[in-house]
Amino acid sequence: MTNLSDFTPNEMMTIAASRALSNDDVCFVGIGAPSAACNVARLTHAPDITLIYESGTIGTAPNVLPLSIGDGELCETALTTVSVPEMFRYWLQGGRISIGFLGAAQLDRFGNINTTVIGDYHKPKVRLPGGGGAPEIASSCQEVFITMKQATRGMVETIDFYTSFGHGEGGNHRERLGIRTKGPTLLITDLAIWKPDPETKEFTVVSMHRGVTRDKVQETCGWKVRFSGDLEETPPPTELELTTLRELQARTEKAHGGKKGI
Amino acid sequence: MAKFQSLQEAIAENLRDGDTVAFEGFTHLIPHAAAHEVIRQGIKDLTLIRMTPDIIYDQMIGMGLVRKVIFSYAGNPGVGLLRRMRDAIENGWPRSIETVEHSHAAMANAYEAGAAGLPCAVFRGYLGAGLKDVNPAIRNITCPFTGEELAAVPAHRPDVAVIHAQKASRRGDVLVEGIVGVQKEAVLASRRSVVTVEEIVEDFDDLHPNLCVLPHWTVTAIVHVPGGAHPSYTHGYYDRDNAAYLEWDRISADRDLFMAWMKDNVLDRGPEVFADRVKGLLA
Repeated sequence: MTNLSDFTPNEMMTIAASRALSNDDVCFVGIGAPSAACNVARLTHAPDITLIYESGTIGTAPNVLPLSIGDGELCETALTTVSVPEMFRYWLQGGRISIGFLGAAQLDRFGNINTTVIGDYHKPKVRLPGGGGAPEIASSCQEVFITMKQATRGMVETIDFYTSFGHGEGGNHRERLGIRTKGPTLLITDLAIWKPDPETKEFTVVSMHRGVTRDKVQETCGWKVRFSGDLEETPPPTELELTTLRELQARTEKAHGGKKGI
Repeated sequence: MAKFQSLQEAIAENLRDGDTVAFEGFTHLIPHAAAHEVIRQGIKDLTLIRMTPDIIYDQMIGMGLVRKVIFSYAGNPGVGLLRRMRDAIENGWPRSIETVEHSHAAMANAYEAGAAGLPCAVFRGYLGAGLKDVNPAIRNITCPFTGEELAAVPAHRPDVAVIHAQKASRRGDVLVEGIVGVQKEAVLASRRSVVTVEEIVEDFDDLHPNLCVLPHWTVTAIVHVPGGAHPSYTHGYYDRDNAAYLEWDRISADRDLFMAWMKDNVLDRGPEVFADRVKGLLA
């Protein structure tokens, strides 16, 4: 029996993110938390959602979460698998993706993301993996959802590098650069749900998860947090959502553990 | 015309010090055995191109064979950072390396442009992105018909492409299945190519007519290396060895441990060990 009262903040984050996706969405999925959320959506309220991973798999329905964006499981369960140039040219650049789902190492209040370096680019303190598909996911998908755990290290006043462009300096900065898509429209953390202010585009807390206080949201965020006037409480996970997520994670652990190594 | 050779011969004949080489594979079909042969032969001052540098580039960089890396995502897939590559970038060990960084879209377009014989790739990209400010190879071009500002990057034209594939026919045609990545484009963009395969079959007569096939006259060398992608996987043959990827995080974290591992598992071994490494991982 699933105990509904002791869900973790991470589980709440993944489930809240899954709820933002609908059956009609064509979603470009990043690895990690976005991948879990997209697959929970597919296994609960959005069975016909189209999930696309940048390795070229279109309409994939993995039974376990992939460890990387190119796992065989994604190809085996996909409607079709295309080459990587075709994926980026016809499908992403062609404007056929409704939602890009990204994680972030560093994020600012306008949804700009850094996954490239901590410190100066030419003399980095920490060299991170880099952008991969993110720069064009951020500009070519019709809208972008971001999911990450809150921490002052990650949610910062100024990011060290603009790996992918959110709303820039806010306002109509995207339009001024000739970007025609909406950019980040939703941020889901382990504590809250955030949406950009319609004018300034600054992320604003619209809903806090159960048991979370304003102080807790502020303590784990590097910028001065704005809260919506009609702040809501995020509905806690349902039994179906929580069971689906836990079973998916258990299957994943079983599938990826216990292999050999050299 | 494709020549069937030993891995030692194929690498010695096709790779030279100072070459620009693309070892491609998008998580799937990564040519580990071929990369290990390059390390054994000590071919150096390489410029490496790869969308997703992973363990094999970490190994070549850690062994001091690399001068420059052109890439879009450098990580141990599903695990984390590349520790040898980071050590080279952050501390210059064992030598400093130059990096040229792109997005996946730019890299994929650059391979396609190379395969198409074009000097550059044009695409809608890098809008508002910081890489434009640190990589002078990212430029703008104006569409002569609509006036839209688009991104342009130079085509990839490697000296050599190195890939792993499922099958070659006796004639030397090569079949790639599953997540096909940019391997076809990489081979067609390169002057020479070395392909390792799981299996050599009589012919491709019974295959579906639209599969990803490289005709024998586009491939320079073919080597039969069963298991040659391990710990990556070969669709239809064996699964990814996730434990080995996790183990690499520990091995690569320490310079001495790394050097000892490379001696035991690469320098003192040959391509024949790969068949054993995939036993128990059969798909």
